[in-house]
Amino acid sequence: MTRSNSVALADVEAALASLAVRAPSTLAPATLVAVGLRDEYTTMDSPIGPVFVAWNGRGVSAVDAAGDPAEFEQRFQRAAGRPIRPAGAIAPRLDRALARRLSGDRRAALELDLRGRTEFERAVLSKALEIPRGEVRPYSWVAAEIGRPLAVRAVGTALAHNPVPLVVPCHRVVRSDGLLGQYSLGGPGNKRAILAAEGLDADELEELARAGIRYVGSDTTRIYCLPSCHNARRISDRHRVPLRSVAASEASGYRACRECRPDAAARAA
Amino acid sequence: MDGPLLADLATDLDGTFERLVLGHQDRMYSIALRLLGDPRDAEEVAQDALVRAYRALASYDAARIRDLRLRPWLATIAINLCRNRARRRTPVLVPLEPPAGSQSGDRSRAAPAASIADPAAGPLESVIRHDSARRWAGLVASLPPLYRTPIVLRHVDGLSYDEMSTVLGRPEGTLKAQVHRGLALLRDAYQNSPDLDRQEMTA
Repeated sequence: MTRSNSVALADVEAALASLAVRAPSTLAPATLVAVGLRDEYTTMDSPIGPVFVAWNGRGVSAVDAAGDPAEFEQRFQRAAGRPIRPAGAIAPRLDRALARRLSGDRRAALELDLRGRTEFERAVLSKALEIPRGEVRPYSWVAAEIGRPLAVRAVGTALAHNPVPLVVPCHRVVRSDGLLGQYSLGGPGNKRAILAAEGLDADELEELARAGIRYVGSDTTRIYCLPSCHNARRISDRHRVPLRSVAASEASGYRACRECRPDAAARAA
Repeated sequence: MDGPLLADLATDLDGTFERLVLGHQDRMYSIALRLLGDPRDAEEVAQDALVRAYRALASYDAARIRDLRLRPWLATIAINLCRNRARRRTPVLVPLEPPAGSQSGDRSRAAPAASIADPAAGPLESVIRHDSARRWAGLVASLPPLYRTPIVLRHVDGLSYDEMSTVLGRPEGTLKAQVHRGLALLRDAYQNSPDLDRQEMTA
């Protein structure tokens, strides 16, 4: 066999054409997830047992306590209008951010996919995100804080449609009369369990509410708070003063806590 | 031939983008694989390029989308990403000297330490393989970037010289000369390699 002139340029061209290959089967699905046209999901532990968590390249798109994967997939597809499939594995960065957020770190860098939510709904959800772990705020407080003091019922509806409960802590928003109220992730019992896991005694809170106590003040600082505010919990029993209304509190010379802003609804009304 | 696809992308990006992915993923992957040489890098670059294409399309108005030349536009995105990635590579893979004939405008540095343009370096020991396609792929990967990119666009992806001119910003005549030179380099390298399977090619 000789080596000279055995390969023509046309042969090289033909060899190069054969270097065009098919993309790996993982490329298209991964691309569609990355741009947010498809979602993936897995299950995560929570205070109410395993929940389904879905996400795409835009962020976390759903948290759901469905009974089984088929039910979850069906519910997701109906709500989001996108296909979803179980993930091989959750991305480590997302896993860490979710764990941090669920353990109460509100600054964990966790993107949310809130497409399809109105501006009002987004405002409600991002306000709910500001409520610290283990504390609760009334629906009327959220309404007042986002500049829509009369939209209390709409706040309730927006929270009921929260696509990412636990991640956005809608369980920390309760009725203005101190009762826990409804919860989208499997009902009020779950709301109580999740708050208990965060260290909040809902029974005690409801007891206060039934006795007409809405606020708690300190007779040393002359500051009053919502009962679950971390500042209120620091008041020793000796100095703790139960208060029934914003007007009564202020008439007795108390000023509102700047962190829980117990007077938000009263001021906006 | 991408007219109907572009028209649909212009009116319903989210409902149409999957068609673009399915229709172009093989070429995006092939371009990246033949420029970079590594399948994992190629898949990452192909995905990144398609995601960037989606974001760009989301920011364009309908008229701009309809006027796109999809094939060269997508190739441009892929090639720029390959270039960036090649630049980030570990120094071991970067030739100390630019290959002879390389232009300063083409700073792609994906060539393995030994390149075809440098016969003294014994370029081919690393690419002797029993599989002919693998051998050719290795030879393409060791072409100087100046020739490699036009060769891949023309003969792996099948772009026209007119389209390549849009992608690379070089005149068609220059590209034809670079492709011709690249083919000759590949042929010579193939013939000079202590091959085991050349008969397949010439049979």
